[in-house]
This record gives sequence, C-alpha cells and structure tokens, in this order.
Amino acid sequence: MRKTWSSMLLRRLLQSILVLIGVSILIFGISRMVPGDPARMALGPRTPEWAVENLRKQLNLDKPLPVQYGLWLLKMLRGDLGESLVTRRLVNDDLRDFLPATAELIVVAAIIEIIGGILLGVFAARYSQTWFDGFTRVLAYLGVATPSFVWAIIFLLIFSFAWPILPATGRLSAGIITPPRITGMIVLDGILSGNFAAAWDCLLHLILPAISLAMYGVAQSARITRASMIENMERDSVYAHAAAGVPRRVIMTKYVLKPSLIPTVSVMALDIVAMAGNAFLVEMIFNYPGLSRYGMTAMLNKDLNAIVAVILILGLCFVVVNIIVDFIVALLDPRVAHYGGV
Amino acid sequence: MEASTVSLKEARREGMRRSWYRFSRSNVAIVGLVGVLLTIVLAIFAPLIAPYPQHASAFVDYENAMVPPSRAYLLGSDPSGRDILSRIIFATRGALKMGIGVLAAVVPLGVVVGLIAGYHSGSAIGVIIMRITDIFLAVPPLLLALAVSAVLKPNLFNAMMAVSISWWPWYTRLVYSMVCSIKNEFYTQAAELTGASKSHIMFREILPNCLPPILTKMTLDIGFVILLGASLSFVGLGEQPPTPALGTMVADGAKYMPQQWWVAVFPGLAIMFIVLCFNLLGDGVRDTLSTEEV
Repeated sequence: MRKTWSSMLLRRLLQSILVLIGVSILIFGISRMVPGDPARMALGPRTPEWAVENLRKQLNLDKPLPVQYGLWLLKMLRGDLGESLVTRRLVNDDLRDFLPATAELIVVAAIIEIIGGILLGVFAARYSQTWFDGFTRVLAYLGVATPSFVWAIIFLLIFSFAWPILPATGRLSAGIITPPRITGMIVLDGILSGNFAAAWDCLLHLILPAISLAMYGVAQSARITRASMIENMERDSVYAHAAAGVPRRVIMTKYVLKPSLIPTVSVMALDIVAMAGNAFLVEMIFNYPGLSRYGMTAMLNKDLNAIVAVILILGLCFVVVNIIVDFIVALLDPRVAHYGGV
Repeated sequence: MEASTVSLKEARREGMRRSWYRFSRSNVAIVGLVGVLLTIVLAIFAPLIAPYPQHASAFVDYENAMVPPSRAYLLGSDPSGRDILSRIIFATRGALKMGIGVLAAVVPLGVVVGLIAGYHSGSAIGVIIMRITDIFLAVPPLLLALAVSAVLKPNLFNAMMAVSISWWPWYTRLVYSMVCSIKNEFYTQAAELTGASKSHIMFREILPNCLPPILTKMTLDIGFVILLGASLSFVGLGEQPPTPALGTMVADGAKYMPQQWWVAVFPGLAIMFIVLCFNLLGDGVRDTLSTEEV
C-alpha cells in the first residue's frame, strides 16, 4: 500500500515537471508574440538607438529564440524574475508587495467556496425537491452565468451602500495600524503579532470581494455535490446499510458524502486556480491593492517580465494544487491508493 | 417489420419531432431559447429597436448626462449623456460575435486535432498532442486569454483569438476520449478491413458518432465564452470605444458607483441575462440529446 502511494507521488511529480516545462515554453511564446520591440517600448520613442541596442543586448533579445528561451529558463530557475520594464524594480520585490494581498483574497474565497459549495450541495440533496433545493438550483444557474465583477458590483451596492454593514473598498480602514510584515497577509500577520483589531478589520474588508470571487465556484460545486450525493444515495449498499440499522447520520456522512466529494474536489481545484484570473477583475471594483493593479499596468504597458512572472507563478500554483487534489482524491477513494489510479 | 416501410427521411423527421417534443417539455429550456432568440433579434435589428441608435457611437450630450432611469431614458444615461439601453442593445452584437467567432475557430481545430490524436492514441503523435493540451489547460482560461490579448493590440478580433487559444484543448480532449472507444467498434474495424482510407475512417465513420456530445458542449460553452469575452472587455481588452461593449460599460460605470448605480448595474445584468439564457438553452439541448442516446 505504501509502495503504491510513493510510486504514485513520483509519477505525478514527473508529469507535473513536464507540464511545467510546457507551460514555460507557452509563456515564453506568448511573451515573444508582442508586435514591436520590447526594448524600444520600455525606453520610449525618444531614447537614442544605442541605448535601445544596449537594453536589447542586456535582455538577450539579439540572440536566436531557442537560446533566449534557455537563458530565460535558467534565470527563472534561479528565482530571478528579472526587472519590471515599467517600475524599474525587481519583479520579485513587486510580487513580494502585491502577491500576499491577492493570495489572502483567494484563500478566503476558497474557504467560502469549499464550505458553501459542499453545504449547499449536501442540503440540496438531503432535502431534494423542496424549496431549498429550488433555491440552490436558481443560485447555481445565476452563479455560473454571472461574471465575478458583476457580483462585485451587486454586493457592493447592497451591502455597503443600501444596507451598509461591510466596508466597501481597500484593505484596511483608516486609523487601523498595519501589523508588522511577517507573511504579508494582514489577517495572518495581525493574529501572529497580536493585533487582532487589524486582523478583524482586514477580514471584514475581504468578505465582499471573496464572496464575489467565490460565487461561480460555489454554484458549480453545489450542483456537482448535489448530483453525486443523489446518485450515491440511491445505491443498493445504502439501502442495505439502512436495513441493517446503521444510523442515517453515519450513512450520510460515511457512505454517501465521502464518495460524493471526489468529483467536487477535482472541480473545486480548477475553480480555485481560476480565481487567480478573476481576482484581477474583482480587485479592480473593490479598489483592493493586490496583484490586479500591478498586473493590469504591466499588461497595458506590455511589461513582459511582469506578465511572465505573474502567469508563471500561477501555473506553478496550478500544478501544486493538482498534486494536492490527487492526494485528497486518493484519501477519499481507496481504489486510487490501491491500484495507483482508477 | 413495419419499420422497413418507413423511409430514412421520415424516420429522421420523426426523430427531430421527438427531440423537439422532449426539448419543449422543459420550461427552463424554452425560457433559454426565447431569451437567446430575443438577444439575436436585438443584435440584428439593433438600429431599428434601440430608442437612440446614434448613441451607440461617439455621441455627446452633456445636458442629459447621468439621467437616472426615466421615461426618456429607460435605463438611465451615461456620463456622456448616451442612452444606456441603446448601448446595451448594440453591445449584444459584440457579445454574440465573441461567442460565435470563438466557437467557429475552436471547434473545427479542436475536433480535427482530437480525431488525429484519438486515432493514433498509444503512438507518439497521440501522446504528444494530449500532453500539449495538458499544458494549455494548466493555465486558467481567463488568465491565458488576458495575457495573450494583453500582448496583442486590444480589439475584438484579438480578444476572440485569445479566448480561442485557451479553449480548443477542451474539444480535443472530448473528441479524443470518444475516438478511443469508437475506433474499436466493429463498423470502424470493418471499414479498416475493406481498405478504407484513414481520412474516410476518421471523418466519415468516427466523426459522425462524435457529433452529439460536441454539439452539446458547444451550446453549453457559448455562454461561458461570452462571459470570458465580457471579462476581457471589462479590462479594456475587447471591442474599443466608441463601440459599446458590455464589460467596458460596467468598468466605466463602476467609477460612479453608489450614486449613479445604473451606469454599471444594467450592463452587468445584461451580461447575466445573455449568459444565463445560453446556459439554459445548453442544458435543454444536453437533456434532449443525452436521453436520445439511451
């Protein structure tokens, strides 16, 4: 049993490395699709030709593409993401400033999606064909059909203007002292440094953007959980357990919920990684100082190093999340651990 | 025995009638169909339907700027004094172009690549193609589309291309998995034995049997593609002003948020409506086609 686990881990890791290499080629390809000369664009039209030529040499833009890719990959592997062509700072430093805020937002949204999606799905299945099931169905349809930035506007209007119970924009209220930087995530930093007021305030600021971001995933995972719960509830084994006098609670959690979560977990993983893209849009509405503003200025200014860094990091997250998901699925589905795959 | 007297044409018509019956029994699907038809009519006849067709381009009337929803401006007017309803009606054109254009590019490409990969599954070609789809699917679609359209010139065509680049692998995957099973069917093997050409087997024997799921996926996808397009135009990477685009209208309106809420909210609801109707229609088509297979 242990052996199949480790061989599965090894196989998955090798596959992930292949995918990552592919992603790096894809990203490199995108970054070289730019019409026009990145060096010229970074320096502006008035810079003399020799300066542009220098920067071109410095960025290795004068070498053939495969060589450029090799040099670029080596730099990335060393953790050197280069210098932003616009802010003139190291991309690593920029990311250190902006990434934690976005990561914090995505983590809260992911928690909302996991709890909300599973709870809604389970109760919709448990009370299927009741008003609650109908409500979940409508919510699921609306959730999947509405872009996160439209949810953001609707929630902003309802919960911070019409019925102001939550803060509208930004990351912290005025007058709250930012806790010392430990992880860059203010909620976590606040708790670690004992500044609970800041942690609480930051959490309040996160609720609306996080719900807007999570709506799509909550809708989708609730629907999938409901469908697989109902499928599993009709199994002969469930009737047999019920006939043998196993309490309903035990049947529902151990024999119905556990296998029903397998498809949910895979879909959730995709959703949570996809949040990275949507976080951009939601952050814009809530004026939230995360990666969005940085990424947007990078994109509008064709700041290649910054764009590449942002996508590369998210690609890495995706691969890591996928490996984690494989393990959760293996935990939920004993067949995977036994045979090393279904 | 009676079946032999019925011609193929009649049988097909009977099948269509039965599918329509099944489809029309679902209220949800009918709501979707009506909504989609309404959107298409609005897009085609926009100049005739919109109360102020001239407001769909660069038009300025500062005297009537930011008028709240009223009888003259049903959904209010924007900071330049343009009627929001008229602009939404014209913006449905871009949304539909996005959905249709992307699917027109993605489906043939994805399907042909999937056919090739599936027919050669187990060999190097199949493995390489499927690993390439893995790579494309490893980046979230919105992010890939954002990156691609960011490096290109911002316009509707490039936005379509950006979404297409992130979308074709789904069709390749779908077709691949189906071809893998269909190529072991007796009729495919029979065609192989009688010496049919590769392209005959792929396009005449295998492809027709892949069509229902492809069709279902197309109707389910079109809403999501429109949503992606709206997200791109929200960050200014779609149709460029003065041509109205729903996402751009939401982004511009967000600046005037609590007080002049109508500028952002109505275009947002329009996106919701269009995508919802396409999704409902897609669900209806899926239910119709999937019961037919049984």
